[in-house]
Amino acid sequence: MTVNALRGKDLLGIAELSPEEIALILDTAEAMKEVGTRPIKKVPALRGKTIVNLFFEPSTRTRTSFEIAEKRLSADTLSIAIGHSSVVKGETLADTALNLEAMAPDMIVLRHASSGACHLLSRICRSAIINAGDGTHEHPTQALLDAFTIRERKKRLSGLKVAIVGDLLHSRVLRSNIHLLTKMGANVWVCGPPTLIPVDIARFGVTATHSIDEAVRDADVVMLLRIQLERMEGAFVPSLREYFRVFGMTEARLRLARPDAIIMHPGPMNRGVEIASEVADGPYSVILEQVANGVAVRMAVLYLLAGGVENEEAA
Amino acid sequence: MPVVMDADRIGRTLTRIAHEIVERNKGTEDLALVGVRTRGVPIARRLARTLQEITGHEVPTGTLDITLYRDDLMRHAVGPQPLVRSTEIPFSIDGRKILLVDDVLYTGRTTRAALDALIDFGRPKAIQLIVLVDRGHRELPIKADYVGRNLPTALEESVQVRLQETDGKDEVVLDGGGE
Repeated sequence: MTVNALRGKDLLGIAELSPEEIALILDTAEAMKEVGTRPIKKVPALRGKTIVNLFFEPSTRTRTSFEIAEKRLSADTLSIAIGHSSVVKGETLADTALNLEAMAPDMIVLRHASSGACHLLSRICRSAIINAGDGTHEHPTQALLDAFTIRERKKRLSGLKVAIVGDLLHSRVLRSNIHLLTKMGANVWVCGPPTLIPVDIARFGVTATHSIDEAVRDADVVMLLRIQLERMEGAFVPSLREYFRVFGMTEARLRLARPDAIIMHPGPMNRGVEIASEVADGPYSVILEQVANGVAVRMAVLYLLAGGVENEEAA
Repeated sequence: MPVVMDADRIGRTLTRIAHEIVERNKGTEDLALVGVRTRGVPIARRLARTLQEITGHEVPTGTLDITLYRDDLMRHAVGPQPLVRSTEIPFSIDGRKILLVDDVLYTGRTTRAALDALIDFGRPKAIQLIVLVDRGHRELPIKADYVGRNLPTALEESVQVRLQETDGKDEVVLDGGGE
């Protein structure tokens, strides 16, 4: 079964999407990718639409990617970063959003340190809300661009062994990727130190292990996650050097994977912590392709949500 | 549902158009075909084959999806967005004469979108329009250079072009609105 529209007015997470909706976004992104190869990298699709990028956490890659995607679709955009806004004067998230909403933007792209911030905005705003990362909850466009990159290289998602290694506890990228990859029929393995694996992870339909060799063996895709020192309150790993020795992705470990395996990382990378430099720069690394594909995937999401939904109650 | 063009007639018509292209452009040098999705694409490919048979030269052929250029894209208050499919123009259109190919010419709005899209790919020397059927009722000042068949229609009628590549058979059907 195929669908020709997304059901919701917002993109809050992968959890809310059906496999058919995910396929629609990835198919649309293929067409969007071609726009970026033209002499004039701009189409008039979202002319007259206003999009606000509201970033309460620092982000270079995601914010730039959304801004480029919005400009390529001819939307009018503005980006608000915390530190330059009234939030430093004590305004709440809801008040900030309602004030922005009073100026009638069509979409709000939100990055926030609190899980569920996008759901809150979704309930109080008429604008379409796009989650650009909320706390440790979800980062749906990252998982979509990861899936797009895997599909482009492997021609499928179903039946692939995908090993995700690193800080599983603090990672919204992991949560979105688990939802997406299991919905699309991939065989997902997760690996990290016991202190960084959520206890109930198996509930999500993945295989958990503390052995990186076991996770990587015969994998089609190896995805490394950043050790998120800024989110750790306490000692989760003895030292970064020891983490690299036990869980770091090296060329020797990569040889356990399938010969045509690809290496992914959502960035920013800690070279020499979760990934060796020669692996990050190796021929099997698609890390920069992920960044390039991010623009196409975000264009697809913006385009598909710009139509709105006919019955907001049903959404 | 009367069939207004059958497979034979479609075949003869495309052969005639191919000859007109060669005559008018004095050969096929600098020409390229661009088919508008969906059914302009197989028509463009067939014309490319016929042109090669006539002149012995290959004419580059591309595919154009005009969805992102539609003038009704954000006009509806709400509703699902039309599907976007890929555009593939694997050659430079700069300085070339582009033969834009579509199945039916009606309001002219699709052609307007296609012209805007093409111009974003470069600066062609000229653009000529080829349509299998011209059913009238133009809403924009647009005229085809090569017409397979002029088919006077009523507004409530619809013209269905079916092609082997997309629909399993070749025919053009006029669907009466009253049925």
